[in-house]
Amino acid sequence: MLSYIVQRLVQTALVLFVMSFIIYAMIGLMPGDPIDLMVQADPDLTAADQQRLKALYGLDQPLTTRYWNWLTAALQGDFGYSRLFAQPVLDVLWPRLGNTIVLIGCAFLLSLVIALPAGIAAATRPRSLLDNAVNLGAFAGISVPPFWLAILLIILFAVTLEWFPAGGMTDPGEGGLLDQLHHLALPVIALTLARVGGIIRYVRAAMMEALRQDYIRTARAKGLSRRRVLISHALRNAMIPVVTILALDMGMLVSGALITETIFGWLGMGKTVYDAVLGNDYNLALMGLLFATALTLLANLAADLAYAWLDPRISYD
Amino acid sequence: MLDAMLAKSYLHGLARRPVVAYGPDWELQCMLCTELPTLENGLAEREELPNGDTGIAVTYTLKEGLSWADGEPVTSADIRYAWQVGKHPKTGVVSQQIYARIRDIEIVNDRTFVVHIDRVTYDYNATVPTPLPRHIDRAAFAQDPAQYRNQNAFDRDPTDPGLYLGPYRMVSVQRGVRAVYERNPHWPGKKPEFDRIIVRAIQNTAAMEANLLSGTVDMIAGETGMSIDQVLALETRHPERLQYKYQAGLVYEHIEFNLENPIVGDRRVRRALAYGANRQAISEQLFDGKQPVALHNVNPRDPGFTDDVQRYPYDPERARALLDAAGWTNDEPGQTRTDANGKPLRLTIMTTAGNRTRELVQQVLQSDWDRIGVDLQIVNEPPRVFFGQTVSGRDWDHMAMFAWLSAPESVPRSTLHSEQIPEKGEVGGQNYKGYANPRVDALIDRMERELDDEKRVDLWHQLLKIYARDLPTLPLYWRAQAFVLPRWLTGVEPTGHQYTTTLWVEDWGVRDPDATDQSDGGG
Repeated sequence: MLSYIVQRLVQTALVLFVMSFIIYAMIGLMPGDPIDLMVQADPDLTAADQQRLKALYGLDQPLTTRYWNWLTAALQGDFGYSRLFAQPVLDVLWPRLGNTIVLIGCAFLLSLVIALPAGIAAATRPRSLLDNAVNLGAFAGISVPPFWLAILLIILFAVTLEWFPAGGMTDPGEGGLLDQLHHLALPVIALTLARVGGIIRYVRAAMMEALRQDYIRTARAKGLSRRRVLISHALRNAMIPVVTILALDMGMLVSGALITETIFGWLGMGKTVYDAVLGNDYNLALMGLLFATALTLLANLAADLAYAWLDPRISYD
Repeated sequence: MLDAMLAKSYLHGLARRPVVAYGPDWELQCMLCTELPTLENGLAEREELPNGDTGIAVTYTLKEGLSWADGEPVTSADIRYAWQVGKHPKTGVVSQQIYARIRDIEIVNDRTFVVHIDRVTYDYNATVPTPLPRHIDRAAFAQDPAQYRNQNAFDRDPTDPGLYLGPYRMVSVQRGVRAVYERNPHWPGKKPEFDRIIVRAIQNTAAMEANLLSGTVDMIAGETGMSIDQVLALETRHPERLQYKYQAGLVYEHIEFNLENPIVGDRRVRRALAYGANRQAISEQLFDGKQPVALHNVNPRDPGFTDDVQRYPYDPERARALLDAAGWTNDEPGQTRTDANGKPLRLTIMTTAGNRTRELVQQVLQSDWDRIGVDLQIVNEPPRVFFGQTVSGRDWDHMAMFAWLSAPESVPRSTLHSEQIPEKGEVGGQNYKGYANPRVDALIDRMERELDDEKRVDLWHQLLKIYARDLPTLPLYWRAQAFVLPRWLTGVEPTGHQYTTTLWVEDWGVRDPDATDQSDGGG
């Protein structure tokens, strides 16, 4: 098992190295650079200013030279400065990564709390009224655009009922746990509603498949309780495809929560990377996307290890 | 200094002050100085330079009692230090124009200094650096000027009170989310009304409106907030609940022709397009008249403005006649015109994809020009492609729609002078259309150095007559800032130019509830 993990970690490092070049090249090849954007914002910017600034930021160098300079510095632990935030890139990203993990983590847990019982209940009573109701709710969640849902939640709970704040992470001068939870509620609900439908569908399909297997019939024939058959035998096997999907969802750290973070003013990774790409903040965008890549790879490693726990037939020795 | 973002200017307006600034009346005024220096009052004097040229020496005296929010006095040394930072080639200052023009800043005493400028230009008294807190910031600059852009005190410790000299100081900040300001106890000017001002960054306009209606935010700044169509829609839904202020300003929306293209390089075609576009209807129907039609590139509030120029009211018949004269004819009304070889008059217009206002204007133009036999193809691109590649690379066929920002009485050298035409693929000026007119070049050269106001205005008028006659760009409208304010708030005066309303935050106040409601809601 240990050698398997080490092997996967080496693979992860190699993938990150290749991805760093691909991402750097893609950002660098996008039309316009930070100085081109500055020209549009400042009518006094002269040609001499443009040339001076391009040289200062190294933008007059070929892309490969710029990447090599970045890579050699990064290998020594210097990931550069964010141009937008004028701070070391890691100082910008760490707190935002924490914020996003809190947001996504809460939504993830809430989604599981809703999706597992709903998916199991629907799978055990296919085509029943309950199954139809769960499916309807799941499809509604999948179909509703996240930005629209978020705005609806704000109008209902912040504007009309005034139960929750419309945005932000804390109130000025506050910042206690209760204040943070108060601000966290609406974005978590929005993200959960947007994701839970899909997970319900996966759980339902996987459970229906598992319930058709011979070992379930055998378990029932052995006289095991319905609860034990469902939880210990069917659900455990059904979780394998669900775990795969959830692991792949770690990419949501950057893309999935972007709309929610933007609308609710939640300072997370998605919004930061989006702003960095639009603002041509190369260092920040690159590291943000590499973070997301690394997390997706590590989550998949965790999923692979979970398979062995869920299914005793799988072994990495 | 290191970043040209408007949002940062808005924030700095609460807590920092330039020495001079254009006020809401578009007149240059002292913010930190006691008297605006002029040649007339003797505070500005021509001087001979070592190389025989003529420069100018401008004397400023700082107001009494000015101090940074940590109690340290603001002195002439802070101005001189700002100039040293600004002119250094490695500090990453965005625009070095004003720093490069200054030969020296001579310190007479703590409050008086003389700015020596290497040329005589009409804006000599606006060429003065904004002070930097030398007592806090100089260590970072002295250590490594090349790292100053990352190590300066404003980025390293933005809540240090010693950085601020305005009515407020920043007390906390969550970058990208909000900044909190409280009164600066050392501000010697008028005491501001509010104990605390919180500025929040909300990127989504629907969320912005929801925040406003829920009371999470009180106002939306016109400088950086909602577009005019969104504010007009908000006003329709909530006409009484809030007050709305619209201020047309110095953002000049226009269509840039590619003058190297033989079709739109023909002045008759450009004029036909101007006559064939119902720009008044665009202004009235799309913007409720709040964004007035532009006659040319100078705003009506600008001293150089004149309306005594060639005008292009909506006149489809005249447009058709001009196209006929240019060799673009059609046999039947409603058909696309063709030239003698049967080539159809098909033009492309490009702008920033996703900009709803510009896309609406494009559709109206497409319809208008279809009536005069011009087939308009709309080809839009994401902003970074459009500005970063197409416009700067001069890589569009016929027309590109975008805006220019300028300052009051800003000489249009970068956009009209022939020496500012960038070579393809090279970094250069902003005369992307490729306009070259020796008379215009000469007028620009003269007006920059003309100190007599009347003579300079005359030069402006000459320039605008040529501009309107040649029509190197098709003027569309002056973009307006749209402010959404609570009804109780007074004193917010939109400027319409690059200086933000926050520079006069000490004039903001609360309406006396007993006073007669004289709000200019909807004005």
